[in-house]
Amino acid sequence: MLEIKNLHVKLEEEGKEILKGVNLTIGAGEVHAIMGPNGSGKSTTSYVLAGREGYEVTEGSATLDGVDILGMEPEERAAAGLFLAFQYPVEIPGVGNMTFLRTAVNAQRKARGEEELSAADFLKEVRAKAKTLNIDADMLKRPVNVGFSGGEKKRNEILQMAMLEPKMCILDETDSGLDVDAMKLVSEGVNALRSEGRSFLVITHYQRLLDHIKPDVVHILANGRIVKTGGPELALEVENNGYADILAEVE
Amino acid sequence: MALPKIKADATEARLSALTLPSGAEWATKARKEALARVAAMGIPARRDEYWRFTNPADLTAPTAPKAAVFESGEAPTFAGVDALKVVFVDGVFDAEASDDLSMEGVEISRLASATQQDIHWAKDVYGVLENRGQTPVERPLAALNTAFATDGLVIRVTGHAPRPIAITYLHKEETSDANLHHVIKLEEGAEFTLLEAGPAAARFNKVTEVDIADTASFHHVRTQGRDHERRAVTGLFARLGTESKFKSFTLTANGILTRNEVVLELTGDDAIAHVAGACVGDGKDFHHDDTVFITHDAVNCESRQVFKKVLRNGAVGVFQGKILVKAGAQKTDGYQISQGLLLDDDSQFLAKPELEIYADDVACSHGSTVGAIDETALFYLRSRGVPEKAAKNLLTLAFLAEAVQEIEDEGLAEEVLARMSEWLDRHN
Repeated sequence: MLEIKNLHVKLEEEGKEILKGVNLTIGAGEVHAIMGPNGSGKSTTSYVLAGREGYEVTEGSATLDGVDILGMEPEERAAAGLFLAFQYPVEIPGVGNMTFLRTAVNAQRKARGEEELSAADFLKEVRAKAKTLNIDADMLKRPVNVGFSGGEKKRNEILQMAMLEPKMCILDETDSGLDVDAMKLVSEGVNALRSEGRSFLVITHYQRLLDHIKPDVVHILANGRIVKTGGPELALEVENNGYADILAEVE
Repeated sequence: MALPKIKADATEARLSALTLPSGAEWATKARKEALARVAAMGIPARRDEYWRFTNPADLTAPTAPKAAVFESGEAPTFAGVDALKVVFVDGVFDAEASDDLSMEGVEISRLASATQQDIHWAKDVYGVLENRGQTPVERPLAALNTAFATDGLVIRVTGHAPRPIAITYLHKEETSDANLHHVIKLEEGAEFTLLEAGPAAARFNKVTEVDIADTASFHHVRTQGRDHERRAVTGLFARLGTESKFKSFTLTANGILTRNEVVLELTGDDAIAHVAGACVGDGKDFHHDDTVFITHDAVNCESRQVFKKVLRNGAVGVFQGKILVKAGAQKTDGYQISQGLLLDDDSQFLAKPELEIYADDVACSHGSTVGAIDETALFYLRSRGVPEKAAKNLLTLAFLAEAVQEIEDEGLAEEVLARMSEWLDRHN
């Protein structure tokens, strides 16, 4: 599904190298987690994959089902099936959540040469999916993320994911700003979307999110490289001993 | 005080090209007084405080600069609204294209006929509100209009008007130079909506005076559409009585020069005045100026100004907004926001927000911002699959939509939003 090879990335303005040769292969239907201390390059990884400006890829590649995505515009990556759930979902005053969702869904369908959803069909689908995520109709009418609580914003991200039906989902610190109940709700939303054809890359500081979204593989990212890869037990090790032991062991 | 020679000469040059229309005694008196005001003030020049950002030369020249007629192929904005329709072509009333001027609870006539009648209620409004609006800031082009306008609508509303009046202004002559003057009087408790659409003429000078009695409500929605070369100056003068309401919204796209002045005087307690505008400016020939002056002269009144401008390709947007709170106008709630969204480095937004307050128990706030499209929001939309151009349009529309929200009637707001989004699309 997603294959990252020897990815080197630096910040365009500062010229500082953040990723120093990341290698990662995620198979169809797999859930991988990336953990790592602050400044290790976790968010950079997600932004570079989604196509945010301000980063320069100096070496390496990233392909989705064999197709290079690094040369694509963000919207093309989205249409190809990539989805990034933001750590800080953006507030957009004046744009209704429903309008936003419908525009996005239909833009992707159009890009893939599929027929656009009618307003009625869209409404039916979004209502059904919102219900499973405990999102009330009022949230759909409000401007995108404006005045939403932390939990509402993250649920809104998952709703977008549910509507857009991507094959590769990146969750960037989805647990940040969530209390235990909200985290549970969001995780249930994610788990409901797990399927054979859909893969996840869950980026997090803490092991607790991985209690709810169980990963197949856990990677430790430090100083721009993946320094250790293992099963779910690796996340527990981090939780118990912190990153210091692992980092010392690697060095 | 004598005018500087340059100004006196320019004023004489302008006035010599005009003759005062004939009419009943009261009308002649009002016109002569207005002419005397123009002569005393002189026509505006770049050095005048409120013309520093906008060059009035095209508006004051003895003859109107040519303006090619632009065929947009669009129906007038409010064509689909159930309203009494009135059409002016290059400032001339078009009886054939207009509905009969009759509506329950509303007296409607043309200024051309009202000014011929020896006794007419318009006597108490015509030139009167314009004159009140000359202090403390002079508005010579409005006085010029009062002196020389020969036509317009004269509307007196005694109850709840069953439908709006929708005026369409068409521009068909390259050299047309039109002066129109509307007089509107809302009696106690009356309700009325005025809709206006269209570019009007190569050069257009329009004054609307609105006298709003106690507990009456006046709603105004206008679009100044895509006529690339026209020049226009408009003055909307209103006086608000106790517990009355005034709401005005304007959408503008294109035109070489547009100066919209709104001058409001809140004279009765508990009155509410909202003025809003959205503008889509494209091209270095585009210059759009909103100049608003709201005077609070009563207790517990509310006023609100919301102006948004999207500018690109060298377009210039100007906002000059003032709230004056007189001594004794306690519990005033004044709000003013003006925002420019610049889509490139060549465009300009010039803002001059002013507050002048002589009462001590008031809440007045103002804000003015200028910026580019929010890159984070743009990336967010694109990451969801919305192409860059569509994402920018969506954000631009959202920016302007905040001003459109000021329109109370949802149907009219939708009408304006639809037109706005069409105009935005065409300018990409």
